[in-house]
Amino acid sequence: MPAGLRLENIEKRYGGLYALRKVSLIIAPGECVVLAGRNGSGKTTLLRVAARLVRPSSGKLTFFSSARDEVATEVRPGFVAHTIMAYDELTAEENLRLFAQLRGLKNAAARVDVLLQEVGLAERRSSLVRTFSRGMRQRVAIACALLNEPGVLLLDEPATGLDPHGIAWLVETLRQLRDGGCTILMSLHGESEISGLGTRAIRLDAGSVIADTRTGATFRTILTFADA
Amino acid sequence: MAKRALAAAAVVGLMIAAAYAGFFIAPEEKSMHVLQRIFYFHAATAWAGEMAFGVCFFANLMYVWRRKEQWDWLGVSAAEVGLAFITVVLITGPIWAKPAWGIWWTWDARLTSTFVLWLLYISYLVLRTMIEEPDRKALLSALFGIFAFIDVPIVFGAIRWWRTQHPKPVVMGGADSGLEPTMAKVFFFSVFALHALMAFLIAERYRLERMRSEVEVIRREAEAV
Amino acid sequence: MSLLSNTSALLGKEVRTEFRSRELLMTTVIFILIVIVLFSFTFDPTSDESRRFGSGLLWLAFLFAASLMLQPCFLREQHNDTLSALRLSVSDPFAIFLAKLIANTLFLLLTELLLLPIFSTMYNVPVLPVLHWLVLVFFLGSLGICVVGTALSAISAQARMRELLLPLLMLPLLTPILVASTEVTKSLLDRNPFVQWKGVEIVAVFDVVFLTALWLFGEYLLEE
Repeated sequence: MPAGLRLENIEKRYGGLYALRKVSLIIAPGECVVLAGRNGSGKTTLLRVAARLVRPSSGKLTFFSSARDEVATEVRPGFVAHTIMAYDELTAEENLRLFAQLRGLKNAAARVDVLLQEVGLAERRSSLVRTFSRGMRQRVAIACALLNEPGVLLLDEPATGLDPHGIAWLVETLRQLRDGGCTILMSLHGESEISGLGTRAIRLDAGSVIADTRTGATFRTILTFADA
Repeated sequence: MAKRALAAAAVVGLMIAAAYAGFFIAPEEKSMHVLQRIFYFHAATAWAGEMAFGVCFFANLMYVWRRKEQWDWLGVSAAEVGLAFITVVLITGPIWAKPAWGIWWTWDARLTSTFVLWLLYISYLVLRTMIEEPDRKALLSALFGIFAFIDVPIVFGAIRWWRTQHPKPVVMGGADSGLEPTMAKVFFFSVFALHALMAFLIAERYRLERMRSEVEVIRREAEAV
Repeated sequence: MSLLSNTSALLGKEVRTEFRSRELLMTTVIFILIVIVLFSFTFDPTSDESRRFGSGLLWLAFLFAASLMLQPCFLREQHNDTLSALRLSVSDPFAIFLAKLIANTLFLLLTELLLLPIFSTMYNVPVLPVLHWLVLVFFLGSLGICVVGTALSAISAQARMRELLLPLLMLPLLTPILVASTEVTKSLLDRNPFVQWKGVEIVAVFDVVFLTALWLFGEYLLEE
């Protein structure tokens, strides 16, 4: 079930430094948002706050379902980070089974089978993740993120280190998720085939939102400006 | 500025008064004579040192709950002052023990437990130096400080039990072995004076920590630019 | 119950991972063995002396071994940021600690029991008559060591000089375990063995207190 995100005055301080300064955003259910910005602009922190991994110094994060007033607190966003967040010393199947069990999924085994097929790892299900190529590791990461069919998917520079084949697969997978109604928030470096999937773009700089296609900026300026 | 100078003067005055009382007002003790007078200082310092750790514990709890850096400043100030006081206790213990028993250290229950207490707070301070980022440092050291404090009663209990299995000389019968009324008054006055000293030192150290923290923020902002 | 199922799933992972590589178990066993052998060079153990000093030796060896064994506990969850994956998946963060401390206690206990016959032989101290009591003391003591050690390894994983820091933090905190467990073990190894219940009680109290503290404060240890 797609869910939306509401960030109200989210601030994150590390000592005296602000990673996020009073960020307020509403992401509607079903939106596919591209988050652009230089390194150190706060993209990763924002995503980790949204994933509930990082506790903000102040401010509030809520999720809501399509009926705007309903606050859906049980939302567990899927998160694809810089690292794959899976165990190298376990097989692909063991990793998925473990996380499925931890999330309390009914029919965990069946769900894992389906996912392994969907991400194209069925052949290598019993191989240790340690032996996987970068592209395959990314597939494991995405499979883990999709385990509980999340209404919100967060991705932090998901195309990093992928070859053209990997990127094509990623674009297709995200397209299907977007068309299926999943809310997506992903950080990217610049224009690419992936950014083309976005229905909205936001630019962060020094922890603040400085441009948003919602409020008039264009995709192009947000994404290319990011490379400057 | 004037307030601080006044407070300092008051504390110095109290300490001098307590020392005077310890040496000249309290009656001489039967067996240990002049040597016993160090007890007023030693035991009172121990109480004040332990109270400082209680303040540290409270500050640690408040930090974990509220996450305001002021509680972290209070915690480290109290821990450092407490450590200083306990160091004095560990030094005055042997100073008394040598002439009394002919040996520097006796592994008596209270001294041994106090030594472990000292080690715990050294660990707390070392931990702080090993974490750079201020919020992490504050949170993790607060959590360790909480663990250390709840350990203290168990440490004292375990070592006291252990000592009942292997009895050794007790350094300074202490407040438990009934004090004659004048002695008791002098003792409690010493306790009061040392607590005043403790509070003053914690306040000064807190002030220092606040300034240090502000400088740190400026330095980090400058580096980021 | 969620906590129980999360814990057993994670415990399964910890055990499976360890038995695949066996690195922790192997190095811990060898370390304790080395300490036991080296210690014998420091005094010439007659059976009576061994009975008096042997328990101290054993518990010191266990403590040092544990402070090494517990290093990787949270450190290896930094690889591929699997700690974040766990935090995202579990319903109760205490499950992460519970699973690790149960696994660590089992591993430590296993190494202790493997080395007991070797100690008994080398130091001429018969242990069979009191084996069940020894297992009880070893279990309670190891549990205390691992509750504290697991919590502290979450702290030291985030600090510098963690190889030295973890023992530095652990050892003073574990004083009651060392004192009480050594005393109880010594009485069990005595010519006329008996159980010092007061000592057992102290270790049990320690275990309960710190398990509760970990339950109350654990999630803050994992915070980012």
